[in-house]
Amino acid sequence: MHVNSTTEEKEIVTQQKSKLGVRLFFVYLICYAGFVAIGVFNYELLSTTVFYGLNLAIAYGIGLIVFAVIMGIIYNSYCTRYEDEAEKAEGGLK
Amino acid sequence: MIYDISVTALIFFFIFVGLVLGLSFYFGRKKSDSSSYYAAGGQIHWAVNGIAFAGDYLSAASFLGICGMIAVAGFDGFLYAIGFLAGWIVALFLIAEPFKRLGKYTFTDALNAKFNSRAITLAASVSTLIISVFYLIPQMVGAGDLVMPLLGLPHWAGVILVGAIVITIVASAGMASTTYVQFLKGGLLIILSLILTVFILKNGLSLSPSTKDNTYHQFITLNPQLEGTKVTAAPGWQVLAQQETAGKTFVKLQQNGVERWFYLGKEDGKDVLKETLTIVQRTNGEKLYNGESKEKRKFYQVGHLSKIIVNGKEVDKTGAVGPFEFLSTIKDSEITRFLQVKLTDGTDQVTLYYPEVTAGAKFMLPGLKYKIGAGASLWSKLDFVSLMLALFLGTAALPHILIRYYTVKTPRDARKSTILAIAAIGGFYILTLFIGLGAGVNGVMDVESSNMAAPLLAKAFGAVLFSIISAVAFATVLGTVAGLIVASSGAIAHDFIDIYLKKNLSDDRKVKVGKIAAVAVGVFAILLGMAFKGINVSFLVGWAFAIAASANLPAILFLLFWKRTSSTGIAASIVVGIVVSLAIILTSPTMWDKYGLGAENAWHQMENPALISFPLAVLTVYLFSILYPKKELKVQEV
Repeated sequence: MHVNSTTEEKEIVTQQKSKLGVRLFFVYLICYAGFVAIGVFNYELLSTTVFYGLNLAIAYGIGLIVFAVIMGIIYNSYCTRYEDEAEKAEGGLK
Repeated sequence: MIYDISVTALIFFFIFVGLVLGLSFYFGRKKSDSSSYYAAGGQIHWAVNGIAFAGDYLSAASFLGICGMIAVAGFDGFLYAIGFLAGWIVALFLIAEPFKRLGKYTFTDALNAKFNSRAITLAASVSTLIISVFYLIPQMVGAGDLVMPLLGLPHWAGVILVGAIVITIVASAGMASTTYVQFLKGGLLIILSLILTVFILKNGLSLSPSTKDNTYHQFITLNPQLEGTKVTAAPGWQVLAQQETAGKTFVKLQQNGVERWFYLGKEDGKDVLKETLTIVQRTNGEKLYNGESKEKRKFYQVGHLSKIIVNGKEVDKTGAVGPFEFLSTIKDSEITRFLQVKLTDGTDQVTLYYPEVTAGAKFMLPGLKYKIGAGASLWSKLDFVSLMLALFLGTAALPHILIRYYTVKTPRDARKSTILAIAAIGGFYILTLFIGLGAGVNGVMDVESSNMAAPLLAKAFGAVLFSIISAVAFATVLGTVAGLIVASSGAIAHDFIDIYLKKNLSDDRKVKVGKIAAVAVGVFAILLGMAFKGINVSFLVGWAFAIAASANLPAILFLLFWKRTSSTGIAASIVVGIVVSLAIILTSPTMWDKYGLGAENAWHQMENPALISFPLAVLTVYLFSILYPKKELKVQEV
């Protein structure tokens, strides 16, 4: 079977990653809920032209897709940094 | 709709499907047992895995359904793209890493990692089965739609064909949905969509959207004579009857012995009769398309711009456009969509598709399917919120999605491949906006089913592109259906019969039971695929997402983030999630229409159950965990 390589991961790194994940999740949730809320409570706002002749609905929609990718990249770079730091600290102790 | 069969398209189609199936078999044989599948997975490069992730996820719903719904309902189709992608955020940030730490590969195993409870096994296997079946329905509907224009077969024959192929494969050899096949499929789907988008932009927008492979029908408009609101004469036609339905007036006319229905509308303030598309179902079983038999091919493809405005000026066509210009021009222009109404004419059942001019500004906003603007009812607003919730929370709870997270060696690689998948899927979803809109304004839509928007648009640009796109879509459906049937038969044979009923089957018996279960689920899926013909596949997938979000996600989140979660809480929450979401779906307007009771008579007007079923499942896991706290752990906490 595939070896579960995370079992050796330090508890502190796991906690850091988990905390970051939850925080980023809530950031995205707010943006996503913002879109839904505008749709329900201030529908007319979605028809406002924002740039390149696009309305807010299209710009926000495409924005949410692009933002998800950016958030993924941020999450990855922080997680990698936490793991690297933990490894370095461990190496230093040895 | 009746389609011309192209030999070129057929040849390319069979070559591509053969190639994909051949590869599946080749890799499937090499890695037939589950342990080597995972072991091999451990060696896979993260980039390959990322695109394979995309290949797994982009089922018929994404390619056929979203494009189709955008073509018909504009921005409302794009809501699915936004929600489907946002779901990955839940998967990546909350579920994936903790799941990997639990060291389990399936939901049932992960949910049971801490408890080893029979109740959880039963509830989780039932939920896997139900979600898989609901995910199977749209795949089968999409398969039937795909086969129609390619092979000239009726919808039901397409559904049986796909069902039979998959049952044969699964029951005889077993089809491992391998990483490399999914990689190939996912990569091809994205590249082909990009090519299609380039064609759309190069082609630009035109009032008469004919291409070399597709001549657009010029819809006629008549100037009638009226007495009050009654049409008394129309030039060249004999007036036979007039009916009002849903606030619209339709007039039956006759010319050269052919009966046609026209829609009484206004143009520049004058009353006009506009040509409609009509299907008349006679009591003797005869079906007439625009007053004639299907073979006469008088039933046209539709969808065009009735006015094009560029920089405030009206033009006939734009020529090649850039992506932003394409979107903003449609927003400023006017689109003619064909909307459906049903009426009874004597003993005939008449389905009419009448032209309705929609402002581009309205088309590019939510509201044509999910009404949320001024004057929208509370039901439809709740329905919109419910759909967005289901899409957001459903992805992470689908039984077959997260498995691929474990097929790379390190957590870093898993993360990197997930992010590549999000980028690839996100890029694809942005392309669906162009493909869907392109299909909506280029006169390629089949009014009987929106699902063929993307392939039919490709057909307008050339037979080869059409056949390759159809072949990839078909292979996608086959792969997804095979995977779901394997998952369902596993839930029945392994989780339910072997573990829950403690039958302790021998390996041979287990395989046999699994195969019988696969055939049973396959036949059931075929029947459902036929029953749901004509419904948009994304809409149907919305149900699967809602059930997954309600049945599985509360249980998973509580298990991962709340230490006091008990096995009773988990099992009860799964049951409540399934029962409530199923009850709401089965009493929804769409189902009421399917039962023949009329959508408007349904008990409630909510199409998507997540807004009610998800919070109830959350409440259940919380209350039951407090009322029935967990006993001592049988398995050491990880």
